[in-house]
Amino acid sequence: MKYETVIGLEVHAELSTNSKIFCGCSTEFGAPPNTHTCPICLGHPGVLPVLNQRAVEFAIKASLALNCTVPEESKFDRKNYFYPDSPKAYQISQYDQPIGQNGWIDIEVNGEKKRIGITRLHLEEDAGKLVHAEGGYASLVDFNRVGVPLVEIVSEPDIRTPEEARAYLEKLRSILQYCEVSDVKMEQGSLRCDANISLRPFGQEAFGTKAELKNMNSFRNVQRGLEYEQQRQAELLDKGEKVVQETRRWDDANARTLSMRGKEEAHDYRYFPDPDLIKLKIDREWVESIRATIPELPDTREARYTEEYGLPHADAAVLTASKDISDFFQEAVNTGADPKAVANWIMGELMAHLNASQLELKDVKITATGLGEMINLLEKGTISSKIAKTVFKEMIETGKAPAKIVEEKGLVQISDEGALVKIISEVIAANPQSVADFKAGKTQAIGFLVGQVMKATKGKANPGLVNKMLQEELNK
Amino acid sequence: MSIFKRQLMDIHNALSNKEMSVSELVEASFKRIQETEGTVKAFLTLDEERAKAKAKQLDEQLGKGDEMGLLFGLPAAIKDNIVTENLKTTCGSKLLANYDPIYNATAMDRLSAAEAIVVGKTNMDEFGMGSSTENSGFQLTHNPWNPEYVPGGSSGGSAAAIAAGQAYFALGTDTGGSIRQPASFCGVVGLKPTYGLVSRFGLVAYASSFDVIGPITKNVEDAAYVLSVLAAHDPYDSTSAEVEIPDYISALTGEVKGLKVGVPKELLGEGIDPDVKNGVLEALKVFEGLGAIVEEVSLPHTEYAVPTYYILAPSEASSNLARYDGVRYGVRADNADNLIEMYKETRSHGFGSEVKRRIMLGTYALSSGYYDAYYKKAQKVRTLIKQDFDQLFAKYDVIVGPTAPTTAFKMGEKVSDPLTMYLNDICTVPVNLAGIPAISVPCGFAQNGMPIGLQIMGKQFDEATVLRVAHAFEKHTEHHAASPKL
Repeated sequence: MKYETVIGLEVHAELSTNSKIFCGCSTEFGAPPNTHTCPICLGHPGVLPVLNQRAVEFAIKASLALNCTVPEESKFDRKNYFYPDSPKAYQISQYDQPIGQNGWIDIEVNGEKKRIGITRLHLEEDAGKLVHAEGGYASLVDFNRVGVPLVEIVSEPDIRTPEEARAYLEKLRSILQYCEVSDVKMEQGSLRCDANISLRPFGQEAFGTKAELKNMNSFRNVQRGLEYEQQRQAELLDKGEKVVQETRRWDDANARTLSMRGKEEAHDYRYFPDPDLIKLKIDREWVESIRATIPELPDTREARYTEEYGLPHADAAVLTASKDISDFFQEAVNTGADPKAVANWIMGELMAHLNASQLELKDVKITATGLGEMINLLEKGTISSKIAKTVFKEMIETGKAPAKIVEEKGLVQISDEGALVKIISEVIAANPQSVADFKAGKTQAIGFLVGQVMKATKGKANPGLVNKMLQEELNK
Repeated sequence: MSIFKRQLMDIHNALSNKEMSVSELVEASFKRIQETEGTVKAFLTLDEERAKAKAKQLDEQLGKGDEMGLLFGLPAAIKDNIVTENLKTTCGSKLLANYDPIYNATAMDRLSAAEAIVVGKTNMDEFGMGSSTENSGFQLTHNPWNPEYVPGGSSGGSAAAIAAGQAYFALGTDTGGSIRQPASFCGVVGLKPTYGLVSRFGLVAYASSFDVIGPITKNVEDAAYVLSVLAAHDPYDSTSAEVEIPDYISALTGEVKGLKVGVPKELLGEGIDPDVKNGVLEALKVFEGLGAIVEEVSLPHTEYAVPTYYILAPSEASSNLARYDGVRYGVRADNADNLIEMYKETRSHGFGSEVKRRIMLGTYALSSGYYDAYYKKAQKVRTLIKQDFDQLFAKYDVIVGPTAPTTAFKMGEKVSDPLTMYLNDICTVPVNLAGIPAISVPCGFAQNGMPIGLQIMGKQFDEATVLRVAHAFEKHTEHHAASPKL
């Protein structure tokens, strides 16, 4: 590649306030169309906006978590444009005095750390949703979403690869999730990402002509869209052609980007201060009280897991990427279970189950305490690792405590030599060939015999003990 | 004498003593409307059935001896840009010819709590844009003093209704003079309160940083009563002020002795009609006679007030009126093939030419590359004009001058000349730019028989002094007692 890629991301996250940003309507997702509306969010003649304090609080919290400065004064501006999803024909947004300024987050790609600058974080209202009726006879508008508070987070053009873009997005999502200010679900649209991408020859300081990418509705598609665009622009430059400044749409079905509109069709939004809202004075004490509510963030947690629990760096990163998982891990470790064992169970069995069943952690019944207790039972030898898998499966489905499952199903490991002696003699008697093989020096034959004992005890025998007893018996 | 010439407390007591019923009062209003509306054409919508039902209900309440609201049973005419639930609110625009609001303006809730009765909605310049009510999308309103003359605007319907005795009081709105100028033209009292004193929630926005609702009445005392009902902090309006509301009635002492009155030379100079100037000078003599100290002062940035206003107000209007796109309410053009065409057709046919002119002006002023030269600069001049007033109010209690440079002009005289029309706002717009209160009271007649208005301006939130001075003037003059012969 002869070119250096320059990427900047604009991320919109819906804030998880109960009510909308300028009226009292509910922000709940998935209600029947136009049921969460009122004259204010429908932009009827004569209505006025009143700012939701909670939305400002969440925006400040997110700004602080993203290392932004929060100024003492901020304001709201009108962004004017005509579209049926915007009932006032302007969006109340912030133009030159955003709530968060000059922040950064750290990402890691292929073992290398990198700091990505955040230009700004501003507060604005979401638009409604257009639905095009089947057959094309009409377009319908659902205004439930109009007025849901959004933060727009704009990165510096510090990102150099599509992979970095994805890592930035994942880290950003994780921070917003830890702060509990947004649901950050790309599928439900509570997290959306647009990307600016341009190429320039290595060593050149001036930016190349950029394209703006839209409609990438998953993390994977952000990466794919950028990869495609990187390739497309490189090919143009190689041919000596020019990249056109335009907005392009990711076409998921055909895995390509398509031109939406050119620069000449770009809007003049005629921003001006919204005369319906007064300037926002942000009290320092309030900012500090909000700062105090920010929980331990993923980077700090990751470092602690490595230091305190001795987890490998990669494992700590996986465990802290999502707050749910990380909280779950923490709670399980708090039962006294070995952190490495907890990490292995979560990253192995639990995540495999979630991926296979397309479920989220909150959708399965297993509790963190349950997992911790199960690991404790395993360590004490009360259950074998084989039984543990059975118990785990049961916990996923029923959420019952492991001790109860073990008791109900009679799954306690047989670690009593007396109870095993008879079974071991029977197995030896029934398998002369294996016995002969073992005695002839094929030590691996003992595995088969152990398996037979386990089978006879329905898996409850302590495999270590069986092995030891078999060795003793055969070596007699 | 029309019962509407009686003092508010007089009527209140008559109702309370059962010398008169609310139904009689409301009947009188509709009777007068029937007699005079053919000439005046002040109303766009009448709400007779509901008004009479409400009157009946209030009479029943009276029978039970319930406590009476401050505006109990008084017939009110409401400017058609104040939102009334289930009562058509058109803003004088064809685009909203069919708009039936689903909520009430805060001002309407307050009138309703004070038990006033709405008789109808009054004509206006479309969305408040005009100084003669000739920009209404529906009809021309005639000045009750002479039907060949305009009633002023944009609250021309409300002012004409009060002058004609069609209702007891009216609500108007004032963005650049729209309460005071028509009050002046129609020989009635019009009060523009301090920006933020009366809630704007439900006042259909023309220019949000200027708009304010206020009373139009036959006398100053009534204006004080109506203001006492309207003035209050409203959590639904972020620009609504949280200030203590003084007792406006007890402020009406009739005393102005020792009061310092500033008279800006810029408001009595070039362009001011000699009759108007004489009327104002006579009024100043009245104040002097009452022991007030009258001095000539200067508002040096007055000449920039009109251009500043005509950049800022249209800028805000261009954004405020963007929502009238035919998508959710209002009259949608039905001959469009696609979205953009639907917008264009709806707005081309729905809006009148003055509204379109101001949308164009405002869109231009806010456009990228012009914003700093127009909008931003105008904001700075607005600050200078505000400072002019601040400096005067450090020394003077009120500032007095004419409400308009001329008395009412003839229908059609200025309608094709927008610039001359805009200049008619020279005496009123500085007040809106500064956000201060001002009242217009009748102070005589010009040789053509049309009323002259005296404007009294006060400090922010000092409506009490403005009303006191206006009331004292009224008490010692007879101008307000005259009625047009209809």
